[in-house]
Amino acid sequence: MTEATRSMLSPLERQLIAATQHGLPLLERPFEAVGAVVGLSEAEVITQLAQMRERGLIRRIAAVPNHYRLGYVANGMTVWDVDDAQVDALGERLAAHPGVSHCYRRPRHLPAWPYNLFAMLHGHSRAEVEQQAQALRALLGAACRGSEILYSTAILKKTGLRIKE
Amino acid sequence: MHERPNTEVPLHLDALDAALINRLQRDLPLCSRPFAQLAEDLGSSEAQLLARLQRLLAQGTLTRFGPMFQIERGGGRFVLAAMAVPQSRFEAVAALVNAMPEVAHNYQREHALNMWFVLATESEDEIAAVCSHIEAATGLTVLAFPKEREYHVGLYLEAKPQSAEAPHD
Repeated sequence: MTEATRSMLSPLERQLIAATQHGLPLLERPFEAVGAVVGLSEAEVITQLAQMRERGLIRRIAAVPNHYRLGYVANGMTVWDVDDAQVDALGERLAAHPGVSHCYRRPRHLPAWPYNLFAMLHGHSRAEVEQQAQALRALLGAACRGSEILYSTAILKKTGLRIKE
Repeated sequence: MHERPNTEVPLHLDALDAALINRLQRDLPLCSRPFAQLAEDLGSSEAQLLARLQRLLAQGTLTRFGPMFQIERGGGRFVLAAMAVPQSRFEAVAALVNAMPEVAHNYQREHALNMWFVLATESEDEIAAVCSHIEAATGLTVLAFPKEREYHVGLYLEAKPQSAEAPHD
């Protein structure tokens, strides 16, 4: 990570995170309501949030669905042991596959955990997820030495970032 | 006491619910009355969209609506972590882990490593402190899987309307 991206939160950014991390107010003018909490005008909140989005501190302002409630009952974390020399190029290829929602390189924990590439898949059945995993396997080819699919069986907690208020 | 969202039942969604869920998974416009703008696109009204959104959140079809933070850009960290928890202690360990505000998500998975959670903190140092706390309290090893590289993040799950005549299972 470069120094530029490591910069800390400004007091105002921190305040806006604290005021919105539990969710945006469900009101006609949500940014005016946020402004009333942090002591800014609606226009100032919008400008500030736009800047935070610009620098990537906010990815987007969006809704997060409960996968299961939308019928996506098979949610598999696919994990792959991929040759280190090729993992970045292949990670980009997996990420481009339409079924993959998240894709990361992570450290191995040998000997128990040989996998360095993680990709999340979501389907209406395990058969559907396994079919997608087959497609990923084909993309990885000989660089892949092993893989597993870890299906989720319960959501134990699903909130988000909670900085101290 | 920990919240466990119902994971089993897909609920009835009409065409407007589905369209709203799909639209809201993308970015909300940053303007004075964003829901009025969406209502125009979706052929609805601002009041109706707000009422629907409230219901979808209350019933757990949506788990959250608001800014999605990439806290790394402000010096923070998101770190995936996993533990192998004995079945007999699973509920108690889940309660302990879930009670920590630094734990953003926690999933049970079918594997020897059966508990996978995401830590979200404002600084890098806090990650190690949280892992140590969980290890001290449980006597279990926490394996940390920090992101070394992110290739893609962009969850989008298409919601499909179900017809009112569909049989209940």
